[in-house]
Amino acid sequence: MTKDACKKLVIDIISDIAPDEDLSGIKPEIRLRDQLQLDSMDFLDIVMELRKRHGIEVPEADYGHLASLESCADYLTPKFPDAAKA
Amino acid sequence: MKQARIVITGLGLTAPNGNTLAEFRRHLLAGVSGITTIDVRYMGRHPAGMCTFDPLKYQKKKDVRIGTRVGSISIYCAREALADSGVNLEARDKSRIGIYLGITEHGNVETENEVFNISQFKYDTKFWTHHHNPRTVANNAAGEVSLNLGITGPAYTIGAACAAGNMGLIHAAQMLRLGEVDFAFCGGVSESPQTFGIFAGFKSQNALAVHADPTKASRPFDRARNGIVISEGGCIYTLERLEDALARGARIYGEIAGYCVNSDATDYVLPNPERQAECVRKAVANAGLTVEDIDLVNTHATSTPQGDIQECVAIAEVFRGRSTPPAINNTKSFIGHTMGAAGALELAGNLPSFDDLLVHPTINVDDLDPQCDLPGLVLNHPRAVKRIDAILNNSFGMLGINSTLIIKRFVA
Repeated sequence: MTKDACKKLVIDIISDIAPDEDLSGIKPEIRLRDQLQLDSMDFLDIVMELRKRHGIEVPEADYGHLASLESCADYLTPKFPDAAKA
Repeated sequence: MKQARIVITGLGLTAPNGNTLAEFRRHLLAGVSGITTIDVRYMGRHPAGMCTFDPLKYQKKKDVRIGTRVGSISIYCAREALADSGVNLEARDKSRIGIYLGITEHGNVETENEVFNISQFKYDTKFWTHHHNPRTVANNAAGEVSLNLGITGPAYTIGAACAAGNMGLIHAAQMLRLGEVDFAFCGGVSESPQTFGIFAGFKSQNALAVHADPTKASRPFDRARNGIVISEGGCIYTLERLEDALARGARIYGEIAGYCVNSDATDYVLPNPERQAECVRKAVANAGLTVEDIDLVNTHATSTPQGDIQECVAIAEVFRGRSTPPAINNTKSFIGHTMGAAGALELAGNLPSFDDLLVHPTINVDDLDPQCDLPGLVLNHPRAVKRIDAILNNSFGMLGINSTLIIKRFVA
């Protein structure tokens, strides 16, 4: 799993969580909440979809790592099951 | 004590055979059923009535995802009613607007969906959605309308089994008369076909309709009827005090003439014709009318073998002795049983009779059950009448709740 591949998986989830949003111009370094209409319930949905689709657990204490697409990739990429092979 | 007169000034609806009043009425007069078949979880295909409105007309995709089906039905109907009323919501005090929606049940759909969801994860409850509670609170349907329209007055549902649609209007009329609100959205809504439990429950009760042709499955008063067709739908009215409606030059569909709500107190599911007859009589008295004044009776009959007979017994008892019987019809024969929406939707389907002087029929009556052979029944084809001044609408529900609502032609 590369960081770019991880970002794509996160965007796939966000596209389902926030289907009205245009994600084509999303800036990786900017906080997701500052460029998309996402609230705390939406972040819980992102956490749930990571759990359902990829078996990844994000403890509440680590929610801050999901702030931007870049920080998501930094935090989540090593958590994917095939990370060691990537 | 002189009570404020309450009038209907707008309505929005979605039924299995129409997403506007004009389309609904056209199909009721043309004999067009809205029943199809759907896949019911664990149970295979069954007749059901599904609505085809576009939720995205008034909601964002995200709101549809987070909310419930009945929330979308409610928002669609409320927005259509608002547009029909001609009221500019932004110019109104939104804290003085009430939302009162009748429901048969709520939360079954969302709970079943989540149980199914966690079954895909070995029943591990960490996969249970955090949306469960806002989706399943009993006020969900009214609350979603409040969120969508930004209305800050009272918004809640009225649980009254299948008597609930009438109850929404009755409760709104009461709140307007009490001066609690100045404008009300009210009626009934249902998402029931999304829950297998209601199908399975009626099937175990031997009360679920079966027919090779789904459009023939709902057949009140026919000898071959064998149960209920479960449908979704919604109908929301705008109600106002007459003086307010006149002051703004509103179109008036009709006036709330009178009503009654009572209880059988005899059985969980079996109706009691004595109490039903009492409900109808009290509603007529409440309206300041006599049975001679009722021109059209819209029955509750759900196409069950016993229930239809019981209601016919009640109606026959009330209207016995009239020189000419009122016209009597049934809307479920077209749309199935829309549960919490039934009373409100079925009333809507008949309101145009004030103007077009036609009574829509009960369809699918190929072999009239002699025990349902009421004088005045309108069967299979519309009937032209000389005048309709008062429409009586029955809606009854489990645990023995009965509601009768009478709407009269508006005369200043």
